[in-house]
Formats: sequence, structure tokens, C-alpha cells
Amino acid sequence: MSKNLNLTLRVWRQRGPADSGAFGTYKADGINDDMSFLEMLDVVNERLIGDGKDPIAFDHDCREGICGSCGFVIDGRPHGPQPGTTVCQLHMRHFNDGDDITVEPWRAAAFPIIKDLVVSRAPFDKIIQAGGYISAPTGAARDANSTLIPKPTADLAFDAAACIGCGACVAACPNGAAQLFTSAKIAHLNLLPQGQPERWSRVTSMVEVMESYFGSCTNYRECEAVCPKGISIDFIAKMNRDFLQAKFRDKKKLAGGPLGDAG
Amino acid sequence: MPELNASVPPGPLAEKWDNHKFDTKLVAPQNRRKFQIIVVGTGLAGGAAAATLGEMGYNVKAFCFQDSPRRAHSIAAQGGINAAKNYKSDGDSVHRLFYDTIKGGDYRAREANVHRLAEISTQIIDQCVAQGVPFAREYGGLLDNRSFGGAQVSRTFYARGQTGQQLELGAYQALSRQVELGSVKMYPRTEMLDLVMKDGRAVGIVVRDLVTGEITSHSAHAVVLATGGYGNVFFLSTNAKGSNVTATWRAHKRGAYFANPCYTQIHPTCIPVSGDYQSKLTLMSESLRNDGRVWVPKAKGDKRPANQIPDAERDYYLERRYPSFGNLVPRDVASRAAKVVVDEGYGVGEIANGVYLDFADAIRRLGRATIEQRYGNLFDMYAKITGDNPYEVPMRIYPAVHYTMGGLWVDYNLMSNIPGLFVIGEANFSDHGANRLGASALMQGLADGYFVLPTTIAGELATQLNQPPVSTDSAEFRAAEQSVKDGISRLLGIKGSRTVDSFHRQLGKTMWEHCGMARNTAGLTAALKEIGQLREEFWSDVRVLGENESLNQSLEKAGRVADFLELGELMCQDALHREESCGGHFREEHQTPDGEALRDDDNFAYVAAWEFAGAGRPGVLHKEDLNFEFVHLAQRSYK
Repeated sequence: MSKNLNLTLRVWRQRGPADSGAFGTYKADGINDDMSFLEMLDVVNERLIGDGKDPIAFDHDCREGICGSCGFVIDGRPHGPQPGTTVCQLHMRHFNDGDDITVEPWRAAAFPIIKDLVVSRAPFDKIIQAGGYISAPTGAARDANSTLIPKPTADLAFDAAACIGCGACVAACPNGAAQLFTSAKIAHLNLLPQGQPERWSRVTSMVEVMESYFGSCTNYRECEAVCPKGISIDFIAKMNRDFLQAKFRDKKKLAGGPLGDAG
Repeated sequence: MPELNASVPPGPLAEKWDNHKFDTKLVAPQNRRKFQIIVVGTGLAGGAAAATLGEMGYNVKAFCFQDSPRRAHSIAAQGGINAAKNYKSDGDSVHRLFYDTIKGGDYRAREANVHRLAEISTQIIDQCVAQGVPFAREYGGLLDNRSFGGAQVSRTFYARGQTGQQLELGAYQALSRQVELGSVKMYPRTEMLDLVMKDGRAVGIVVRDLVTGEITSHSAHAVVLATGGYGNVFFLSTNAKGSNVTATWRAHKRGAYFANPCYTQIHPTCIPVSGDYQSKLTLMSESLRNDGRVWVPKAKGDKRPANQIPDAERDYYLERRYPSFGNLVPRDVASRAAKVVVDEGYGVGEIANGVYLDFADAIRRLGRATIEQRYGNLFDMYAKITGDNPYEVPMRIYPAVHYTMGGLWVDYNLMSNIPGLFVIGEANFSDHGANRLGASALMQGLADGYFVLPTTIAGELATQLNQPPVSTDSAEFRAAEQSVKDGISRLLGIKGSRTVDSFHRQLGKTMWEHCGMARNTAGLTAALKEIGQLREEFWSDVRVLGENESLNQSLEKAGRVADFLELGELMCQDALHREESCGGHFREEHQTPDGEALRDDDNFAYVAAWEFAGAGRPGVLHKEDLNFEFVHLAQRSYK
């Protein structure tokens, strides 16, 4: 049976990238605990508009935890207190009547604030553009079953591919690093036979672009702890291994060795 | 009444596409860079099209309202994608997929398009595997399949319960590669607000930068709309919150015909509504019906917990009514059957608004680990939303608006009645007739985007060779920009008392009550009146705060809801005029004695394509007759 909560929200309000921003305090009374966190914000916003005040801006779309649009920091934790859960899938039954809740945008140098809880995550797209793909021109593919992929390999690639690109990993990292995001895509593609021809160039260019926007990884493991999809930091180790190997191969190539990109 | 010509190529069904590809004019590789193409929307259809067109050498501009093209709503599709690979040797073939799709659509789709879709289905899987889409595999390393509704073969490829995500990321990655190569210029957080026409041709679009509010124009030789469906007219649906009809509706207002708007798909397995605050409904994939059994108690108002109701006191109504397809009947049939039992008082849950989807037998038979592997993420999602554990108690489900088969009318080339304007994916009306089969939306989106459009668009572009795109300084663009700006000023200037959402909710309630799972003359007539009044109230009393020149989510929503208010009327008008039941369109006046949809092939075997005649005025009907040369029309039976 559902019950009602009376809450106090401290929400980061910032009109635009140039504004300095500050917390605003809002009462959220009569919140049904079957609501999602975003539905609670919808209710607060409807009331704000009723009072003639600017509603709180936040990114959201599918509200099923898969599009990666939503995400902000709740009481110091990206996506809030429930492990493996995006804010759109976080329900108010995990909060108590009378709670004070602090809501802030992702804080990271690479993610400038656009308004309130909305940030730009454009550098993620840049990382993918640098090599997060397999070059497979439309129409040139051979029969899908002509490449056998052992189930454990396919499953592991899938685990990495499950990343939704929400940015929680960056927000959680004291260094604002994007290793978990980047390594997940590299692992997805570098594990598969189809990904081998571009394996070394992929890891090299994606890591370079990543480093041009984001901080460095110093193994705090905060990223893994807050990832709503449970992406493992083992993929970071794999990325580092591939990156070093790629550099090593470059040297060998310069020395006249036989190792090409596909080697 | 002018006849609509679908430009279906002549010849035997199975040869039409191959012949047409040969007969279509080509644009030579060195000439492609002379063409500018606009693609709006970056889901499976738009993302695949923009990537492929860029790869071919065209200049592409791609637009999406999300902050990244990867987030288009295709990403939320769960269950799978159909393809006539016959990897299971269970009798599948291109012809069978074609036939199942035509029948599943209740004989209201165009034969030639559907056959082409079935032919291309196999290439899609090849393409996606080559891109690295991690489809489910068997231990031997081969691709795995499962079954979906409306089919008696296993032809659905899947990636856990996140098939849409993986296919979308595949298209997004192919698109990203082209962005890096410079062939595609990407405009995220940008919304199309008007189509620009010159001398009867589509020559560009007007867009709003959602961060700065800047209104700009973009000119092209062809405009491709891949902007998805309009299920959010119901407010509550399984669509993403941002999904909207604005791009296609504004094109409709510029002359593009809107076809079969009343064909909406109500998906049978969604989490039931829990309260007034509800902002959206969540789908539980159709794939669950492979292993889940649908039932309600045999006694009305039975309040015992599910596991205390013995088997003999349960009504597995789908297995009872449809023994040969059982729990895997098509969506429209399953949805109506659920509505019947809930309306009769057999519903379960706190407010008796659901039916059970029970995995107890499957868990006993296969073990919990197998079920977890097949559906783990769906079970987790269910548990998060409801607080119940579906491994221990049955899921409660109820139908919800999911997909819209209607959309802008297109010919065989996927071109609308406006030269230069193409429409692909869910945004067009083409392949699913009056009901879409599960796992066919992903198939159609990718078929259109990767394979059909890049071929057919050349035929149209070839006529434009060496003609520069219309200047965005021309009077046509200036006028369109001005009308967009005026529309925004008008919304901001009303300063009324009601929020945008309150109008949207009210519209959705009217649509769900009168233009939802069951429709009748009285209800539709009442809805038309209600919506007309609501539209007037909206334009005199909506409250949109803030300004145009910054991120303003209320303003974005207001523009979209204004369009939904006009679309809602057209949907009711279409539903009222179609005096038959077919697929997702169920008119209570037209049913068989045992409550199945009763078509009227003599009078309604046509596509209803509506021409805009002004807000609040009835649309003008144009008909495309559906001629079935290869399939024998029959009463659908899944018994």
C-alpha cells in the first residue's frame, strides 16, 4: 500500500552556463511513494509553474533507465541511493517522510552546466567518433552466422555494450575521468572478432580524445560503484592493456616489424 | 477525389524490388557530393539513413532533439528484431514473414512494401552483426532466436531485453564514424519546427536550437523525416517523454498527407497505471509471453494472493480462447482479451486494473537461472517500478499505448506526396497495416534506413542534378522562419492559468477513453467536441513561463502539445470514418459474434490519407486502394 511523504528539496538552480548558480529550497508535500524521483520533480514543477516560478530543468526521456538522458546527484551520489538504478527508475519508496534531499547536476569540468540540472555531455560523442565503431559499410556484410562467436565472448561484449552513456561515472570520479565509459565501448568492440581489424587504432584514438577532455584515472573505483548498468572496471584494465600493446606495436612497426593493424 | 499513386513497380511480387532497384535512376559517386540531404531524427531509421547516405558520399545534416543522437527512443525497444533467416529450420521463409506481416496487419498494408521488408530482413541481421551488435548466441557460437506473437516460427533475433539499445548503438556508431569523416554534420538538441516548400517541393526545414532558442533555416535537395510515432497524444504511453508528432504534423500542415492516423497499437504487456501522477507507462517485452502464462482468477473480485489461487480456479484465457497461438497471439488480440476480462471484473491488483503474467511454470521447468538469463533486466525493471519480485509473484500487466502504425503517407519509394520529402521508420504509415507484429518495428526502421531509402532517394535526387539548393535567404525560408517565431511568441504571450501538462493529460484521457482499445460512434463524436474545446482553451489559457532565448522545456512541450491537440481530432475523425474493425482499430459496432475484429473489405480496403484543411476543420480524405494480388483476404484466426 502506498503512503505519502513530505520532503524538503535543495536543488541547484543555474540560469545558464555563465550564471554562478545557487541552491533553491522547495517543499515537496504529499508525495506518493510509488512515484519515481522524476515524477516527484514533475509534481514540484507543476506547483512552481502554478506559482509563476521557473520550473527545474532536468534531462530525461525514456524513463525506463535505458536512454541515458537523465542523471543528477542526489545527496552526493550520482543517480541516488539505490545501486544499479538511474534516477528515472528510482522510486520514492526508498525515501522517508521528512527527508531533506539535495539535488545537484553532474559536476565535471568536461560537462558544463547548461541550466539547473542539465549538462552538456558532448565529449562522450567525440570519444565515440574517434573510433567507437566497426567500419562496416552498409550492404557489404556476409552472412551473420558465418562468424561463430563463443557465447562467453558474446556475453562479455554485451556486458560492456550495456553502457547507457549517462555520465554518472564521470560525475562520481574525483578526477572527472571517463575511463569507464571509454573502456566499455572499447571492450565491446575489441572483444569481438569483427572488431579485430581496427582494434589497435581504435584504442589509441579513443584514449587520446578521452584524455583531451577528461581527467586521469587513479583507481578510486567510484565509477563502478555508481554505474547504473553495473559496468565493471575490469574493462578499464583491458583498455589499458590494449592501449599499451598498441603503443608497443607502433614501435615495432617503426622498427620494420611485421605487425600491421590487424596483426 | 484524386487517386493516390503508390508507384508500386509492376511484375511478380518477389521480383518487384530487384527490378525497381535496376530501374531507379542512380546518382554517380562523383556527383553525390553535390547533394545536400537533411535527416530529422536519429533513431534506427534516421541514424541508419544518415550513416548510409554519408557513407555513399552525400552531404548530410542530421538533427535530433536529444542531447546525443544515441538517445533516440529506438534505444528503448526491448524484445527483438525479426528476420527470415530460417536458422532454426522451422519452415520460415521470406514469403512466410511477408504473409505473417500482412495477416498480422489485418490486411491493411501494401503488399509490395511488406514483401520488400521481408526480403531485406535477412540483410539487416548480417549488417548489424558486421557492426558488432552483440546478439544472443548459442553455446556453439551461432545466433539464437526466439518467438514473438503472430508467428509459429522462431525468427526473432535479440540482445537480452535490450535489442533496441544495441541496434540503436550500432546505427549511432556508424553515424559517428561519418560525423568524424565529415560527411554528416550533426545537430543535437535541435528541433524541427517547420518544413519549407518552394514550387510544391520540400526544400528545407526551420529548426530551433533548444539551448539558445535560435531559429535557423537549413536547405537541401531532399528532406527525410525519421521522427518516430505519435503515441504520446495519449499522454500515457510507453514512448519516451520527448517523443512527439511535431515534425510530421508541421509537414502535414504544409501539405503532406497523414495516413491511417487512427491505427494505434495498444501493447498487451505493460505495467498497469498506479496513480494520477503517473508520467509514462513501462512496457514489459512481448518476449515474456514465450515463457509467461497470462491468467486471471475464475471468480470475480478474487482478492487472494496469486499463489494461493489453485490452478483449477485460474482462467488462462488466451490459451483457452486461442489454443493454437496461446499466449503468443498478436498484440491487438491479446490487448482486447485483457480489456474484456478486466472490464468484466476479473482484474487483479489493488485497483483491479491488471492481469497476471506468471512465470512459475517456466521457472519450475527451466530453472530460475535460465529465466534470469533470458529476461533478467526486465524482471529487475519490473521490481524497481512496482516493488514486487516477479520471480516469486506473477507480474501484473495491462495494455498501454505503444506504437502508431499510422503516419505520413509514402509511396513505394518512401516519398510523401510532396516531392523531395521522404518519411521513414515509425513516422511513415507503410508496412504494418492496422496492427504491427512484435519485433517488426526494428526491422522496418533499419530496412528503411539502411537499405530502402538510400536506394530510392537517388531516383528523386537524379532529377535535381546540378541544381543548387534553394537559398535560405529566399522569401520562402524567411516566411517559414517568421511563422515559427510568431508561433513561439504566441505561446509565450498567452500567460494563462493552466500548465502544458494539464492540457496534455486531459487530451490523453479523452483519447484513451474514446479512441483507445475500443471505439464507437458516440464516443468518437463526443471526443471530437471535447478536443475542439480543449484546443480553444489551450490557446487562451495555457501558461508557458520564461523566454525563447534559453533552454525552456515548458516551451518545447507547449509546441508539441499544440500539435497533439490537432492530431487528436484527426485521429478521431479517421476512426469515426472507418466503419469497420481491423487490427488495432476496434469499432464496437463491427465485431464477430465471439468479439473479434470484423473487417469490411468491400468498403474499406484502402489507406485513408488525410489532407490538412485548417485547424479545427475536417481533413480532406484521399484514398489509396489496397489491391491484394498475392494474398487471399481472410478473417484472421489465431484459434
